[in-house]
Amino acid sequence: MGEQEKTITLVEAVTQALAFELAINPEVVVFGQDIGANGGVFRATDGLQERFGAARVLDTPLAETMIAGVAVGMATQGLRPVAEFQFMGFIYPGLDHILSHAARMRNRTRGRLSCPIVYRAPYGGGIHAPEHHSESTEAIFAHIPGLRVVVPSSPARAYGLLLASIRDPDPVLFLEPKRIYRAAKQPVPDDGEALPLDRAFVLREGHDLTLVAWGASVKETLEAAEQLSAGGIEAEVIDPATLKPLDIHTIIDSLEKTRRCVVVHEAARFGGLGAEIAAQIQEYAFDVLDAPVQRVTGYDTVMPYYQLEGAYLPGVERILAGAHNALEYSRSGPSSSRSESALNGGATQP
Amino acid sequence: MHKPRLQLQASFDIAHLQYLDNQGKATQPLPEFATPDWLTHCYRQMQLARLVDDRAVKLQRTGRLGTYPSTLGQEAIGIATGNALDADDVYCPYYRETGALLERGVTIEEILAIWGGDERGQNFQHSPNDLPICIPIATQMLHAVGVAFALKQRHQQEGAPLQAAVASSGEGATSKGDFYEAMNLAGVWKLPVVFVVNNNQWAISVPRHGQTATQTIAQKAVAAGIPALQVDGNDIVAVAWAVRDALQRARSGEGPALIEAISYRLCDHTTADDASRYRSAEALEQAWQWEPIQRLDRHLREQGLWSDAKQQDLDRELAATMEAALGNWHARVPEPVTAMFDHLYAQLPEGLYEQYDQLRDEQQQGADA
Repeated sequence: MGEQEKTITLVEAVTQALAFELAINPEVVVFGQDIGANGGVFRATDGLQERFGAARVLDTPLAETMIAGVAVGMATQGLRPVAEFQFMGFIYPGLDHILSHAARMRNRTRGRLSCPIVYRAPYGGGIHAPEHHSESTEAIFAHIPGLRVVVPSSPARAYGLLLASIRDPDPVLFLEPKRIYRAAKQPVPDDGEALPLDRAFVLREGHDLTLVAWGASVKETLEAAEQLSAGGIEAEVIDPATLKPLDIHTIIDSLEKTRRCVVVHEAARFGGLGAEIAAQIQEYAFDVLDAPVQRVTGYDTVMPYYQLEGAYLPGVERILAGAHNALEYSRSGPSSSRSESALNGGATQP
Repeated sequence: MHKPRLQLQASFDIAHLQYLDNQGKATQPLPEFATPDWLTHCYRQMQLARLVDDRAVKLQRTGRLGTYPSTLGQEAIGIATGNALDADDVYCPYYRETGALLERGVTIEEILAIWGGDERGQNFQHSPNDLPICIPIATQMLHAVGVAFALKQRHQQEGAPLQAAVASSGEGATSKGDFYEAMNLAGVWKLPVVFVVNNNQWAISVPRHGQTATQTIAQKAVAAGIPALQVDGNDIVAVAWAVRDALQRARSGEGPALIEAISYRLCDHTTADDASRYRSAEALEQAWQWEPIQRLDRHLREQGLWSDAKQQDLDRELAATMEAALGNWHARVPEPVTAMFDHLYAQLPEGLYEQYDQLRDEQQQGADA
């Protein structure tokens, strides 16, 4: 087995993509906290400083606003900064620069300056981490005009989408699902081939139900699809991968076949991307729907400390329950929509 | 009570620079760059900035321009800073910078466009690498540090001459974390960046003493390990020397610097503000005695470089310049409404086609009605 067919994890695919782009593009600089000699707290930049030098792979002082802000200045002068936030929970001091500057620079200078920045951040729960290390707040960023939000869910997609993100002429928030950083290995040829942004991936074909999921939830969603298949139900599984801008067409095309949809995400439900996807589905495909779009999500609570995170995160059972709600719904039969009993106060009053 | 013996670990001094006193008299020999031509150029540009400010405020008062932040009384800082920059340096201005922008070649039409609600004003035609004016406070300081990194990298990798970045701000901005984080990184990475702080005594309604307990703004640089100087910001020669010196050191690879230029905001914060709510007429009247244009006027006349006749000629010339710019600005063709989509991304994502078409059709229907 040659170098070209090395079997690697998602986090190794991130490293491989960074190395490829550092090697071919002198404008690429990689920086963040502890990313140099230490190789990043998840080792996503392992060996890069040694290979490409401390002038292009840089440890920064400990200041997230600064990381977000200097990337803006670098990018306006033609560099391709790839900035790492150590965890998504610490990205918020940088939000001002991402939202107020990186995402708007091209527009507010009418194309004179631009910000081809990749902001990387490990995100999501399920690794028994301390407080503030487990949130999924992609919806906050997906709301920002001018920004792209990209989430890979496999080593191959991590490699191809990160290459595409670095080469993209606009800013990208690249969220790395750390729960599956090392969950699976696959051969990822180091061929520099990017995958398309703004395109959803159909991970599994099926005609009975459409399951939409991204990031680490793809793992449980595919498991749920296998269990459904064992019962004779074939689910189509779609990973949007680029959450903003969203490829709704692939989802609508699938729904024209399956007529039933479940959206799965770790993030809290209210105002989450499940709501956006459900809204777009009813705008574009109301007539083909045989059931209300189901959302299987984290709860609208603060992300719990890790003792309770297993109960918070949507697992296979919750996804299967959502799938059965969608499958068993019929307009004439008893409602399997969650809305009626809850809206009438029938839900449990603690 | 026991008093431990302590050992001094560090100490610092903050120096103040002035060349021209309030009467326009030189307090020390002027630097070589301050030739008669340079002095009269600066004098002209300060007058032009004041005229642009005056007309912009009047346009706002008559409903023809949006909110506008005047630089009244602070013209020396902007003109000196803009003048000290090379064409290949990169300027990262805050929003109160009419004079500096003019020195960078930004046109009056562009300045009016910005405050007249037209993004095309930020598309500077004559200083294409400069950042647009920055409204969120102090964020431009971090951008300048990133710019300086890029300039340094270009120098090291491509052998280009080392150029520098300059960020401007008010003293209120020095209360923000962005300011400290910018100075800190600039110091650690020894980047070619100069921070010029216009200490005009007011951040909207909060006076200098309500902003920080430090004795000077300049000493805030000490904590970041970078050199700092306080200058008389109403003395254009002092500001120019400080910025030129800091830029020369930055371009020589000696790293960043901070300059605190002391002035006084003789205007309201913006046209949306009424400073009489929070500062006394007496304080304002007193501050008018120290303003920078009068000081340079006295100096030029004392040196025999200026006269009433020259002033009349200049007034006529500047008025004509202003009228021509206003004419061009009024004659600008409005952008199509779809311009709000045109530069959102390098290429409009397919998911936005529908909204783009909706906006275009709404506009078309409005035009047809």
